[in-house]
Amino acid sequence: MSVTPATSSHTSQPLGSAFILKKALISALVALVLFSLMIGIRTEAGNQGGLIYWTRFGDLATMVGVVFGGSIIVELLRQWFGPVETDKVVPKPVRAAMSFVGHWLAPALLAFALFVPVIFYHQRYILDLAILVLTYVMLGWGLNVVVGLAGLLDLGYVAFYAVGAYSYALLATNFGLSFWVCLPLAGILASFWGVLLGFPVLRLRGDYLAIVTLAFGEIIRLVITNWQSLTGGPNGVSGIPRPTLFGIPLDNSDDGLAAKLGIEFSPTHRLVFLFYLILAMALLTNWVTIRLRRLPIGRAWEALREDEVACRALGINTTTTKLTAFATGAMFGGFAGAFFATRQGFISPESFTFQESALVLAIVVLGGMGSQLGVALAALAMIGGFELFRGFDQYRMLVFGMAMVILMIWRPRGLVGHRAPTVYLERSEAISSDLVKEGHG
Amino acid sequence: MSDAPILTVEHLMMRFGGIVAVNDLSFNADRRKITALIGPNGAGKTTVFNCITGFYRPSGGAIRLNHDDGRTIHLERLNDFRISKQASVARTFQNIRLFPGMTALENLMVAQHNALMRASGLTVLGLIGAPSWRSAERAAIELARTWLARVGLLDRADDAAGNLAYGDQRRLEIARAMCTEPTLLCLDEPAAGLNARESGALNELLLSIRAEQGTSILLIEHDMSVVMEISDHVVVMDYGVKIAEGTPQAVRDDPKVIAAYLGADEDEAIAVMEKAN
Amino acid sequence: MDYFAQQLINGLVLGSIYGLIAIGYTMVYGIVGMINFAHGDIFMIGGFIALITFLILVSFGLTAIPVILLIVLLVSMAITSLYGWTIERIAYRPLRHSFRLAPMLSAIGMSFILVNFSQVSQGARVKPVPPIIAGGYTLHEGASGFAVQLSNVQILVVVATIVVLALFTWLVSRTRLGRDMRACEQDQTMAALLGVDVDRTISMTFVIGAALAAVAGIMYLLYYGVVDFFMGFVAGIKAFTAAVLGGIGSLPGAMLGGLAIGLIETFWSAYFSVEYKDVAAFSILIVVLIFMPTGLLGRPEVEKV
Repeated sequence: MSVTPATSSHTSQPLGSAFILKKALISALVALVLFSLMIGIRTEAGNQGGLIYWTRFGDLATMVGVVFGGSIIVELLRQWFGPVETDKVVPKPVRAAMSFVGHWLAPALLAFALFVPVIFYHQRYILDLAILVLTYVMLGWGLNVVVGLAGLLDLGYVAFYAVGAYSYALLATNFGLSFWVCLPLAGILASFWGVLLGFPVLRLRGDYLAIVTLAFGEIIRLVITNWQSLTGGPNGVSGIPRPTLFGIPLDNSDDGLAAKLGIEFSPTHRLVFLFYLILAMALLTNWVTIRLRRLPIGRAWEALREDEVACRALGINTTTTKLTAFATGAMFGGFAGAFFATRQGFISPESFTFQESALVLAIVVLGGMGSQLGVALAALAMIGGFELFRGFDQYRMLVFGMAMVILMIWRPRGLVGHRAPTVYLERSEAISSDLVKEGHG
Repeated sequence: MSDAPILTVEHLMMRFGGIVAVNDLSFNADRRKITALIGPNGAGKTTVFNCITGFYRPSGGAIRLNHDDGRTIHLERLNDFRISKQASVARTFQNIRLFPGMTALENLMVAQHNALMRASGLTVLGLIGAPSWRSAERAAIELARTWLARVGLLDRADDAAGNLAYGDQRRLEIARAMCTEPTLLCLDEPAAGLNARESGALNELLLSIRAEQGTSILLIEHDMSVVMEISDHVVVMDYGVKIAEGTPQAVRDDPKVIAAYLGADEDEAIAVMEKAN
Repeated sequence: MDYFAQQLINGLVLGSIYGLIAIGYTMVYGIVGMINFAHGDIFMIGGFIALITFLILVSFGLTAIPVILLIVLLVSMAITSLYGWTIERIAYRPLRHSFRLAPMLSAIGMSFILVNFSQVSQGARVKPVPPIIAGGYTLHEGASGFAVQLSNVQILVVVATIVVLALFTWLVSRTRLGRDMRACEQDQTMAALLGVDVDRTISMTFVIGAALAAVAGIMYLLYYGVVDFFMGFVAGIKAFTAAVLGGIGSLPGAMLGGLAIGLIETFWSAYFSVEYKDVAAFSILIVVLIFMPTGLLGRPEVEKV
């Protein structure tokens, strides 16, 4: 962890090697104090129940050294690239190339996604990962309606994911309802809860809204954990039926799909099916969202994000507008939850913690609020990047946290930092994110 | 019925804690006329506007809107969005409130929200792309185009509202208010920050709105050239009460008004005024 | 009645700890307008540093409890403050004039870093300490045999909270730094024009908030006798809830909210069910906010049209 004041870029200090060295020394000193006890000393509960400790001065020295070196490197890089502002002046050819890429990236990604099961048919691990990424793409698109379009901060989105998952799990295990019947029910139940959450928070703004949505997410998780008779408590629900292809199961039984088609059964069939299922669900979410943006309701969401007072002066019912945003976002979350339950076959409250909400929110914000493509890219980067650290499970959250901090500092407005107009007369020109508001709710 | 004033404000009272911002204010705004509400800073003009347009609930008094079709609507009983939706009262703001991240055209589309909401069958028809919705959308775009042309912003239709020049933003806000097709248009200092040329164009725009749409206009203004040139009736406020009312000429020569503006006693004000003339 | 009195004592003690953490949230919110999501984890770090300092002191053969406590307090406050300062410098300052959600996400990332950092550096297992301060008083013994207990630790927590709050109130209302802080809260640009060093004032706000969180961490360690890497999350959310309940930005509100959450939690556990104590606390937060959208002592938001 280096300590580098951000203001240094526009002060006229002599940025010589002495300066860099001084800064690195200060950083190392700060690191030494910070880590002295936390890394230099290791505590553990001993055999007799009391605490024992031992020293790790070697590790401490290493960490301080890393900070010292890291600080020098960061400072050199900073001087190399110059002030951060310069990256706004992009040469024309680069900008043209970027707009070309931007234009073709989405179709290319879609085409690639369609062929993922073909390309990676024999790599179950990649298929699994692709399904996971798509689940988060869908969640990101769902939350995007609430946060990106309507500008309402929701820190408890995972609640709707949980409602969807438990709706399907409980309806299927208790009443034997099929996935295709439960899917819409899960969406309806989740959006019902979305409206329920929406009512009390209508008058709230900003951080009050944040804490209430966070509290709501926690309430749902706590109720699921403690209502043992209904939800199985911390043990969760197991034996959730797998989805069927319109009634035809994807297993190796006699009336399974493989037997009917006369081909040899392989467990990958189900994986491929699940992949296309979530792809279709995510694309539906995307299509509906794009469509809604061009309808009065979607424009009202965006207008709400821009200026709520002006909305009211134009006769827009802000109450119903907010509620529909919550309900729509929650519905997509519910769909994703039902999919999650059927994919896992087992769910427990552990899957629905605040970390999940934070992850989905990070995907939306990193993607560039309101941008469908950005959200998809962010989900790919986040979940994919997360997987790279599978071997270092211990350090995953550390790396994830650092990535969040660095990415936010690097691109506070997300990867895709502009907004596409929903209607135009002559030309459709992207609007710079500097103009786009992010709502106060 | 159509001779009745469009807006009748009776004994309007607005208190904030112990402060009386508007005290027993009564005035009428005539149909298809331009009424100006003037007064020194802090006189309570914007508070009156906020009461009329539903952002504040008056502490007392009545605000009646008499529609062309004979309906009478008690504005003090409606709140926020219903004023615009049900009573067809549109307003602009002293410190322009556009949707800066949306294009000029989009701003005008948002203004037609309620009409478009009905046309889109509460989103259902719109989602499936029904022909009735498509034609309604085309009509909405046409209306927006008409207004963009009238305020001279047709070539800026696809630019973000936040990127427009100040004077353009003022006119766009008026166009947006007009897209709600109001009976009464309330403008809060529409000429603030405009140069002489822009303010002249604004006068023409307001006169043409009154003439062509038949919209009644109520405006707060500091720019006396606007007030004197276009208003049919002027109401003067100071310290929350009405101190004078009448034609622009009558008000201009009223010693009480001059005193209020100059903060001097009446004799002195008259002397100043005569010198100025 | 005795049972009630006992719960009242327990609730007040718990509420004091929440209140101390809540002040950190509310201060930072007041001055930079962001939720410092990592604050709960600063509290956790404070607890860990106190624990380690305590272990070292004991292993050096120090036995005088007041001396140990004083050293633990000073070391923990000092190092934890430095954590607060560093985090502001790295994760928040570059985003100060950025979009509202960016610092918040950065703070959530910081929170993950701190949690994982202590998990990796100190292990995932719960760290118990033997009771450091034993004994107490029996205030009243009822006919049924139920005795109202007031332990020395509880007295210490409440007394320490009062002392720290008194110091803190003096700092905010009587010193140059406090005046600068209040000025920055009102208008940073104007404060800077009038010669207030805004960067330094904001840094100090984080430092003071972290120091208060460290005190809370020590109290927690003394009272519950355990620390673990995940304790910052729940305590942080509760304290944040307390800050919002009291009206975020209001310092007395934070303390009041803390006490309210402590009492709600304790009484709900005592009379209804332990499992749903957090649900009760969160539900009451939601109910209060429906009727008072800016909390108990928050300034009502005047809508400027």
